Amino acid sequence: MSATRLESRVSAADRRKGAAPESGVAPATGASRRRQRVRAQLAAWAFLAPVVVYLLVFYAYPLLRNLDLSFRDYTLRSFIDGSAPWVWFENYVEVVRSSTFWPAVLNTAVFTFGSILVQFTLGLALAVFFFRRFPLATTLRALFLVPWLLPLLVSASVWAWMLNSESGVVNAAIEAVGGHQINWLTSPQWSLVSVLIANIWIGIPFNLVILYSGLQNISGDLYEAAALDGANAWQIFWRITFPLLRPVSAITLLLGLVYTLKVFDIIWIMTRGGPGDSSTTLAIWSYRLGFGGESPQLSPAAAVGNILIVVAFVFGIIYIRAQRRAERS
Amino acid sequence: MKRRAVDTVIGVILTAIMLFPLYWMINVSLTQPDRLRHDPPDLFPLNPTFAGYERVLSDQLPYLLTSLVVGLGTVVLTLVLAAPAAFALAKLRPRGRTALNFVLLIAQMIPSIIMAMGFYLIFYNWGILNTIPGMILADSTLAVPFGVLIFTAFMGGIPDELMSAAKIDGAGTWRTFRSIVLPVSRNSIVTVSLFAFLWAWSDFIFASTINRGGDWQPITIGIYRYIGNNTQDWNAIMATAVVASIPTAILLVVAQRYVAAGVTAGAVKD
Repeated sequence: MSATRLESRVSAADRRKGAAPESGVAPATGASRRRQRVRAQLAAWAFLAPVVVYLLVFYAYPLLRNLDLSFRDYTLRSFIDGSAPWVWFENYVEVVRSSTFWPAVLNTAVFTFGSILVQFTLGLALAVFFFRRFPLATTLRALFLVPWLLPLLVSASVWAWMLNSESGVVNAAIEAVGGHQINWLTSPQWSLVSVLIANIWIGIPFNLVILYSGLQNISGDLYEAAALDGANAWQIFWRITFPLLRPVSAITLLLGLVYTLKVFDIIWIMTRGGPGDSSTTLAIWSYRLGFGGESPQLSPAAAVGNILIVVAFVFGIIYIRAQRRAERS
Repeated sequence: MKRRAVDTVIGVILTAIMLFPLYWMINVSLTQPDRLRHDPPDLFPLNPTFAGYERVLSDQLPYLLTSLVVGLGTVVLTLVLAAPAAFALAKLRPRGRTALNFVLLIAQMIPSIIMAMGFYLIFYNWGILNTIPGMILADSTLAVPFGVLIFTAFMGGIPDELMSAAKIDGAGTWRTFRSIVLPVSRNSIVTVSLFAFLWAWSDFIFASTINRGGDWQPITIGIYRYIGNNTQDWNAIMATAVVASIPTAILLVVAQRYVAAGVTAGAVKD
């Protein structure tokens, strides 16, 4: 349901209400009508109040605490006596100067763009395929959802075992066709690829479902007309499906981007960001600083987290604008 | 007719490839521990063992129970917060609803690790680290904004005539919400509940930060402990993974169409 459509429906209802005589009620004066409006607003905000309070306490407050944390030097002692000296941007400087910073930024970029690009391509191909409506298509499409609904920890454990160097089924298959054993999770050049594979597997269903719903909104007449004009399947895809799917594609890609930036469970379970920093993303780094070791470094962890959130918000706002544009068209 | 048959065959093969990791999880969960390191691995559990599942029953029941309680608590909290708010956004035209919608969209994009760190400090001060209420509060942040958006999309489609009729009959706003809007919104309640439960059930990042040392830890931590402690025992790990996947299976069997609706409504609100 688009906001604009909602709006027009609401205002249409208002006009109707205005045109029809208020049943059984004496014509309202200006003052009492204003009072009614105020009452209606109060009622509306009474319904919203719990969620607003909730958003303030459980979203805004943690974010502020996190921001505050990143400007202080918070140590184990701070838990005991509550003291944490204000250090301005020291944590940010420390984080940016760290030898992990650029690898983490690069890994985040490769992981995020690699994931969404492959997910989107495969998801689109599958959506077009399942749109051909053959027997069992609906059931099979539903089964494709499973990886996306599985607890991430389950998927990550399964992939970790499948990619195990000595006993994994993937290496067994590679060796069966004459290849050499690959140290998927334990070698620096493969660890990022490994977590990418697992994450792509999890993300395909999401892309498939959204793009499929986009296909459903393309008028069948266009396909018929193109078929009558003698267009082949390839031409139909590139001249009709792909251009008309552009708004939905933009939303899928941006949403995928925002979701992939957040990914933590998969990488942490499979490689813990290692070996070294070879599969460390910003999210992993932040967690490792704060909760991964013996001595928590909460303040630098918060600084890394806040860098991540800025990136997420930039793409998030682009997403919201793309969605508004799609709704308007 | 022939093309459709070929399509079905291709579809089945693609689905089989996609679901292979699931098959492998079940296969390994049934493999004898001494065959786990065999090269090449056994492709079929020809001589299945249920020892892994016995381990689950003896080790993991408290974890499963905790996840169940946390999941149900999250569902209740999410519904109580999201449904009234969505009703107001969809039907009562409050001032500032555009801003609130924007905040809800943005809220979904905040990486959990950042929330987890904030929660850690706040819950420490409140004394609810390592507790089930703390877990429910944290996990609900995964579902509340999503719930409001789904409910708003759905309730926006309820005809205004239905609500005017209730008003003429003398029903107040609360009465209209409870007796008319909620019963009509049954499908969206199912959708939101399913997702809220599944996300709470699957949560690992909050569990591993704000419930690091509690007596009641969820199943995701149960599996994580297995992986950390005995990397040899993959047959028990995979058996736990199978059990942890049961809610997903139930969800797909019982409510498949709501799932697809939820995914789409969350992203492309059409």
